[in-house]
Amino acid sequence: MKRDPVASGTAVRSGTGVASGAPAVSGGVTAALGALGVVVGLRAVFGAPLHASIGWLVPFAGLRIDLDPLGGAFMALTGAVAAAVGVYAIGYARREHWARFPLVMLPVFVLTLLVVPAAGSVTTFLFGWEAMALTSLALVLTEHHRDEVRSAGLFYAVLTQIGFVAILVALVSLSSASGSGDFAGIRAAAGDLGPALRNGVFLLTVVGFGSKAGLLPLHAWLPRAHPEAPSPVSALMSAAMVNLGIYGIVRIDVQALGGGPRWWGTTLMVVGAASAVFGVLQASVSADLKRLLAYSTTENMGLIAMAIGASMLLGASGLASVAAIALTAALLHLVAHAAFKALGFLAAGSVLAGTGLRDLDRLGGLARRMPYTTVLFGIAALGATGLPLGAGFVGEWLLLQSLIHTPQGDNTLLSLVIPLSIGALALTTGLGIVAMVKAFGIGFLARPRSEGAEKAREASPTMLVGMALAALGCVVVAVAPAALGPALTRVASTLPSVGGDQGPKLGAILRLPGAAGSVSPAILAAAFAVAISLVLLLARWGVGARPAAVVRPLWAGGGPALTPRMQYTATSFAEPLQRVFDDVLRPDTDVAVTHVAESRYLIEKITFRTAQADAVEEHLYWPVVRAVAAVARGVRKAHTGSIHLYLLFGTIGLLVVIVVGR
Amino acid sequence: MALSIALAALQVLLVLVGAPLVIGAMRQVRARLEGRRGGGVGQPWRDLRKLFRKQQITPEGTTVVFRAAPFVLLGSALLIAAIIPVVSLGSPLDSSGDFVAVVGLLFLGTVALALAALDTGTAFGGMGSSRQMTVVALVEPTILLVLFTLSLRVHSANLAEIAGGTLANPAQAFSLGRVLAFASLVIVIIAETGRLPVDNPATHLELTMIHEAMTLEYAGPRLGLVEWASGMRLTVLLVLLANLFFPWGVAPGGPGLVQVLIAVAAIVAKVAVLAMALSVGETFLAKLRLFRVPELLAGSFLLGILAVTASSFLPAAGR
Repeated sequence: MKRDPVASGTAVRSGTGVASGAPAVSGGVTAALGALGVVVGLRAVFGAPLHASIGWLVPFAGLRIDLDPLGGAFMALTGAVAAAVGVYAIGYARREHWARFPLVMLPVFVLTLLVVPAAGSVTTFLFGWEAMALTSLALVLTEHHRDEVRSAGLFYAVLTQIGFVAILVALVSLSSASGSGDFAGIRAAAGDLGPALRNGVFLLTVVGFGSKAGLLPLHAWLPRAHPEAPSPVSALMSAAMVNLGIYGIVRIDVQALGGGPRWWGTTLMVVGAASAVFGVLQASVSADLKRLLAYSTTENMGLIAMAIGASMLLGASGLASVAAIALTAALLHLVAHAAFKALGFLAAGSVLAGTGLRDLDRLGGLARRMPYTTVLFGIAALGATGLPLGAGFVGEWLLLQSLIHTPQGDNTLLSLVIPLSIGALALTTGLGIVAMVKAFGIGFLARPRSEGAEKAREASPTMLVGMALAALGCVVVAVAPAALGPALTRVASTLPSVGGDQGPKLGAILRLPGAAGSVSPAILAAAFAVAISLVLLLARWGVGARPAAVVRPLWAGGGPALTPRMQYTATSFAEPLQRVFDDVLRPDTDVAVTHVAESRYLIEKITFRTAQADAVEEHLYWPVVRAVAAVARGVRKAHTGSIHLYLLFGTIGLLVVIVVGR
Repeated sequence: MALSIALAALQVLLVLVGAPLVIGAMRQVRARLEGRRGGGVGQPWRDLRKLFRKQQITPEGTTVVFRAAPFVLLGSALLIAAIIPVVSLGSPLDSSGDFVAVVGLLFLGTVALALAALDTGTAFGGMGSSRQMTVVALVEPTILLVLFTLSLRVHSANLAEIAGGTLANPAQAFSLGRVLAFASLVIVIIAETGRLPVDNPATHLELTMIHEAMTLEYAGPRLGLVEWASGMRLTVLLVLLANLFFPWGVAPGGPGLVQVLIAVAAIVAKVAVLAMALSVGETFLAKLRLFRVPELLAGSFLLGILAVTASSFLPAAGR
């Protein structure tokens, strides 16, 4: 937001000619589509599979819908996110004065998101996938007058198309080898496919779907595009669209191909663990609220990929019941992540709309000016930490349990992979706590660090309702994951290769099959409430002897009046960690000291500048880009402008073709 | 059920009453070793009584986070005391919360205090909070690795199972993996509870403070709650250390009165020994420079990795 944060409250509506009811229509349609997605998705999960075919809609092959419990669950999850985002978008679009284009594109984007998990054939899937990529790109470019948005759009377009090419090649070669254009046919013929083809398809899908899920190494679009998109779109992308990357891996590799050799699972676990650790490290040193949340998406998708990889590895090792725990962990964490990340981005959008800021170093003190948003973001942040009573706890607990319960003994691969995964998972959760404490503590507590934060405005009622819906999801996953039990069981039953038919029972107490391990978020929450009331009683000790309570200025070391500039900022908060992980993060720090002209012993001013670049981007992408650019420069030397030379090139080319083709 | 709830209540009461005494005993040992007379084992209790009779002062500009943090901190410590096997293996909450949940609850308290410190908006608060969270980020991996080592044999992360497994198979208790895990857990406890050489509980020097920096704005009853909770956190961690590695004396699921009495005596003795050892060790140590602390924690992480490796690759050593 490059506008004056103070003036935003009275900003004149730009002359786009949008009717005042348009945001309500756009948001309403989005929410209705979402609700429809939930209903249809749940019907497919619990009822008979839905089939539909519309011959004329997509060229050549027609639109083919096959909704089984797996697709239905992803559809319902997408729909739930869209419903919350739609309600929120009514207030957000009105406050941010959205033009007609994003208002129209938002429901279209949701529609494409719902089509992808419903697709029953390769063509329908690819059609929906590309439509989803294009509509989301258009929405990312909503504020295209800013340089950062255009750069993010370029990154997104390039990486998503690289991913699309990988998926296209994988699915087309799969469908031509199996002689069938729909997933059911591919699944039936999967057993007869050669190992080379299967392995090739697996690697291509990990690259292609991994790029959509924000997994390393094709993740760089995510921390750029998600922050620069308007916040409801960020929420849809981070909580619904990335899930479909995971969906693709599950649909093709786990379900259609029915799993593979053990190195498949191991590969996915390595990619997932690397993404999780890298994402959370970047999140913990990021000072931009939305960028932090975007990197946290890479982290959580990494954890989910790790869980799916674990279930594939364990399934291939003949440990079906443990594989099922890992699968349940992946599915449950997917739901939890969708809930807390949607809420996180929506709350970040409220902050952006209320202050014009998303730089944590300039925020602060929002708890007083925006109390509801603060509480709601707190719920999201607690979920993202993976601590008990938060939404992320149960999924991470299940993943850890599946790793603990893996019998290893004589299996060297498992003995190596499992402990290292636990180390990665543990580092991820530890750093995740830091990132979220920073986001909440620096952004919302303490005192405002800028004028924009000082004059923050609370979100409008529809925005609050949208966020409350997402918060409800967080609370359900955190306290009563048992509510999701029946749906998860149905989904897992479609994935027999990873032991889906013998998953853990998600009752009031989560019990693991064939293993002595259990946890009960609901009972823990109740016991915690009892403990807190006990402390309230303890705190009454000596109350009779106490003088009346008073409010006094901060002690603050007994110094003179405290200014907001004396507070820690997000950058200083993360400085010790940045120092510890210096070798991985490689921050670009620059200190320039200006001396007084008369003496170099006196300092006039010190300029400190620090920037946090993405190490993978720097060391992987730019060399490729530079090499391509160098080749292009070399080719340009042949372009002298002389028509004779061009005729010569043409003749030589023709000769080559003739000689080769003869 | 009624019996197990009564036992959980006994555990909570024991930790509540015992925690200030543990702190007092540690200070007393240290004072004697340094040639001072010391305030006596009961001094922390006298401090608490004094604090709870003082005026409640709320600093200007703080929010509900600052006021609620002591309650979350103490509440989480109480809940942990009810879950873990202090006296008996039959806690009614054992099936509701395993080692992972206990560690999570511990960090929930840490997070609450770190947020309260940020809420004050002072430089000290931010400093303490930032340092504490750095320590947490490095401590958590080690704790989970220790957990993994311990649960490898019994295939459960529930604490009663781990302790019961060691009771059933005592030869395991001194396998190489467990010894390494013990060492790394000790370092973790030192870091998490802010003891030397990670943090100096007796200092008020800004260069070195972690925990004290976070609690500077607290006074009176709220400071009392924070101090009490800090003592309890140290105590429950020492109890965990004692009963996971040396579970002898712990009463089984449905114990008789004699067993309970023996268990109480055993845990008091074990925690006393561990606290003394910690205190004696501290007397000979100086505080590490803050940026050397990650090296110490990385060392404990390495010990944890070695412990896991030893447990999974040397299965014969434990059996």
